[in-house]
Amino acid sequence: MTSSDAPMGVVTIRGGKGSRRWLSVSRAAGLALLLAGVVLVALLSLGVGSLTISLGDVWDGLFHYDKSSYDQTVIRSLRLPRTIIGLAVGGGLAVAGATMQAVTRNPLAEPAILGVSSGASFAIVTAVYFLGLTTPSQYLWFSFAGALGAAMVVLFIASAGRGGPSPVKLALAGVVLSSLLGAWTSALILLDEQTLDVARFWLVGSVAGRGLDTFWVVAPFLVGGAIVCLFLGHQLNVLSLGDETAQALGMRTARIRLLCSILVVLITGAAVSVAGPIGFVGLATPHIVRAIVGPDYRWVLPYSLLVGAIFLTGADVVGRVVAKPSELQTGVVTALVGAPFLIYLARQRALAN
Amino acid sequence: MAVFDYAASPRRPGHITVRSRFVALRVNYRVLLFALIASVLLLLLATYAMTLGSYSIPFSGVVKAVVGQGDPERLTVVRTLRLPRVICAILIGAALAMSGSIFQGLVRNPLVSPDVIGISEGAGLFAVFWIVTGFDLALLPAAAFAGAALTAMAIYVLTWKGGISPNRLILVGIGIGAMLRAGTNYLSVRYPVEQVRPAVVWQMGSIYGSDWGDVKLLTGLLLVIAPIAVALTWQLRALQLGDGVARSLGLPLERARLGLIVSACALAAVAVALAGPIGFVALMVPHIARMLAGPLSGSVMIFTGVLGALFLLGADMIAQHALPVSLPVGVVTGAVGAPYFLFLLYRANVRV
Repeated sequence: MTSSDAPMGVVTIRGGKGSRRWLSVSRAAGLALLLAGVVLVALLSLGVGSLTISLGDVWDGLFHYDKSSYDQTVIRSLRLPRTIIGLAVGGGLAVAGATMQAVTRNPLAEPAILGVSSGASFAIVTAVYFLGLTTPSQYLWFSFAGALGAAMVVLFIASAGRGGPSPVKLALAGVVLSSLLGAWTSALILLDEQTLDVARFWLVGSVAGRGLDTFWVVAPFLVGGAIVCLFLGHQLNVLSLGDETAQALGMRTARIRLLCSILVVLITGAAVSVAGPIGFVGLATPHIVRAIVGPDYRWVLPYSLLVGAIFLTGADVVGRVVAKPSELQTGVVTALVGAPFLIYLARQRALAN
Repeated sequence: MAVFDYAASPRRPGHITVRSRFVALRVNYRVLLFALIASVLLLLLATYAMTLGSYSIPFSGVVKAVVGQGDPERLTVVRTLRLPRVICAILIGAALAMSGSIFQGLVRNPLVSPDVIGISEGAGLFAVFWIVTGFDLALLPAAAFAGAALTAMAIYVLTWKGGISPNRLILVGIGIGAMLRAGTNYLSVRYPVEQVRPAVVWQMGSIYGSDWGDVKLLTGLLLVIAPIAVALTWQLRALQLGDGVARSLGLPLERARLGLIVSACALAAVAVALAGPIGFVALMVPHIARMLAGPLSGSVMIFTGVLGALFLLGADMIAQHALPVSLPVGVVTGAVGAPYFLFLLYRANVRV
């Protein structure tokens, strides 16, 4: 493979010195704009739902908490955890998706497509069934192990043979492993109604009803992993030139690739264990971001972080609004938005080849 | 998958050529012989399957009961309980295997089956909706069939871009499947657990409780679709040579693809409608058939069908009798099929 096979990873430099500085300024401004978007969507997430809460109460609930106010209690105990988790999981998944796409040089690489989510699901359902676990903080480590195992199997199978992991090989290996793990998962669910009842709410993927205590357990992996990834933009740029070029430039490609893969599994393992398998955030966000800022990963990564946070939290808000008084789970909304995006990608470019 | 003998000499060992005024067929009688042997095995296995159960009946008793002799109790057990289930297993297994065989040939990828590209998911969404909302269960197969058919249409339309590209078909199918699964997931949390449980059971795929109505439906539909599928196999072989060669052989490419897709989807939809998405049969059996009988041809297609029937019947016997609890047959095909399939996936990638 030469670098021309990977248009998404090639750094293009437009114009001279002056225009480049202007580009940096405008990109930084875009980042600030997105930050404002994150604040906005967070406020929406705090205020909107089956119970609409005024901006004043949101403010008071955050900074001058009055225990006697029902609205403020809702903010503190339900909406705030959900918003924080939504932002963190969304941002983390998007950064992980971007990193994975760079590492595998595959525009379809995404945690869910690679079987990470179904690996985590299978591990968790197994834990729930055999050990009777019920809370996320208990099954966290199972989720990690499952995510890691599945990702390794998929990458191993897809990279077998000449040409490495091509989009179709990866997607197929991921889907087949997912359907296999899915079959085993549903077999376990079948055996026991209790397990079904715990698992079905987790399997759909949602940020509702998770306490912050769970989140703090996974936060170091989720947030820490994402932050480390943000600093790897330069390495990912070089890596996306192709292995040979990267090595000629003095990069230890195997080491960087391993580091990135570990980070991705840590981030997604953490995200999946707190929010369940939420698909397509990691797939779609980097593509949208690349359409805005171009292929430079030093910008793609921070943009992905913010856009991912907005995407997932926004999906959560939309899910609350469209199906009032009940709600559409976040994972359902992201799939309904994200899957058409995958189809759009498949119809574009020479991706399918 | 790599060996195609389309252009080989007309006199091949194991083949005879049948000519009439309008058509000439080269029949691979060696494979047909295989199919015959497999059919005999199938008949024996089916008879044996009907001897098993809490009310055990000797082999000869089963044979007598099937033709309508013996004591009335045995007659009831065999003819109203066991025989329909066995026939359903056979027909559904054959339909799934043939459908998988067509898809794999069409997409030129040995890893594709109706469950990978979203058709089962479509049937699943409709069926789960039907079950959890408490509609009349007698019409469940119709709902599932409609779901599968609509999904197949959607995949076809969304893949079309001046033609059908096999790889695009896979990716579009995976996308559609993900969307439909999200819908199914939503339904499964939206309704109380007692209503969701039968839906989950259905999604595993099971032929428990098949009756003569199912058998009639299956037989009727398969009598139409299966011969068409066998008859279209030569087009599949031409397509496998690549678009350029197929076109220069005079094959109208997209019309041939459409015919094949429709027949493969119909086979899958019929099977899924009656039994739920039984996994891995459509994926695995075509491989075994190719391994035993060589590259795809009309005769191999027939052999694939018989092999699928054998496989599903065997799996159902294990599901029903091997363990103290009887399981949906999908659990068994998944447990047997999945590891084998992962191995296959690895080997296929190594070869590519």
